Amino acid sequence: MKRFYLLLVAVAVIGGGALWYGSQRGPAAPEPSAPAPVAATDGFRGYTLGSDSPPVEVTEYSDFECPFCASFATVQMPVIREQLIATGKLRWRFRDFPLPSHKYSRYAALAAQCAGEQGKFWEMHDQLFTNHQWAQTGKNPRSLFRDFAKAIGLDLDKYDACMDGQRYAARLDASAREGEALGVRGTPSFFVNGRPYTGRGTSDDFKALVDSLTKKHK
Amino acid sequence: MIRRQALVLLTLVGLLVATYLWLYKIGMLGQLQCGTGSCELVQASRYAELFGLPVALYGVGGYAALFAVGLAGLQPRFAADRRLARLLAALATVGFAFTSYLTGIELFVLHAICRWCVASAAIMTTVWLLSLAELRATPSGTAPSR
Repeated sequence: MKRFYLLLVAVAVIGGGALWYGSQRGPAAPEPSAPAPVAATDGFRGYTLGSDSPPVEVTEYSDFECPFCASFATVQMPVIREQLIATGKLRWRFRDFPLPSHKYSRYAALAAQCAGEQGKFWEMHDQLFTNHQWAQTGKNPRSLFRDFAKAIGLDLDKYDACMDGQRYAARLDASAREGEALGVRGTPSFFVNGRPYTGRGTSDDFKALVDSLTKKHK
Repeated sequence: MIRRQALVLLTLVGLLVATYLWLYKIGMLGQLQCGTGSCELVQASRYAELFGLPVALYGVGGYAALFAVGLAGLQPRFAADRRLARLLAALATVGFAFTSYLTGIELFVLHAICRWCVASAAIMTTVWLLSLAELRATPSGTAPSR
């Protein structure tokens, strides 16, 4: 029996020592939704699609984890891109508005910003919204987002460094503050030439609106 | 007695595993040593918390209780105590049910496996079987000797 107790003590000491050693090696990496420590606000105004001097500009405040945003991005946006943006009638500006209730939306927004650093914001935007199952599982999407980064041809070392340092966190904060100041309460929210848009958010509705504003412009 | 010793030893190992997962969850450990598994995904899922507390903390509590009761069961005066064997079996049954639920979540909801969770599940299953065997082997109607 004495030998058994010695064995117990040995297991406890070895296991406890291993745990203690592990805890001394440094705390965990920041949680995806943790407050951001880096980078000053850089006056960034959001990624855009479309011509530089269009008659109409739509600013979208969006959250990558929001199902309505995903639905808009995958159903309405392709038509808007094809019929309004590609034809020079409209410029689209994307602003982040990660909702606090969504665990990984901020992390997704960071992934998009880090892709943007390598000139592939919209490619990551499309990956995040097209493969939106990640938002329903509640699973940590870190490795999945990395797969997206790989799929769109990002330099993964740069991407990892950007994500680990949460390099563009201040941009997200600034964008969210800007949205709050403008009265954004949910996502997606749109502003057309700076004015709140209260339409149905369909491609047809945007098309009608752009046509009407373009006529006035002329 | 060998069964109870094995049970105590296993619960100690389980306690260490649960403590490891709990320390990770509260940010005391940098990264889970998981090999090719999906420990981080499992641990970051919403199922890794229950009633606002990390699931691993329930594991720590459960293993600690089993360890304490198991140690008591090694004392000669409790060697033939059926009440203690019942308590062990009851605790182990709750632990087994809980670990089965968690394994189900991993397999059918998250579709991700955390090796440490599997290790804990294997330990708890073995503890449960040992506790049932111990209950069967302990004669009924016995009380602690005074």
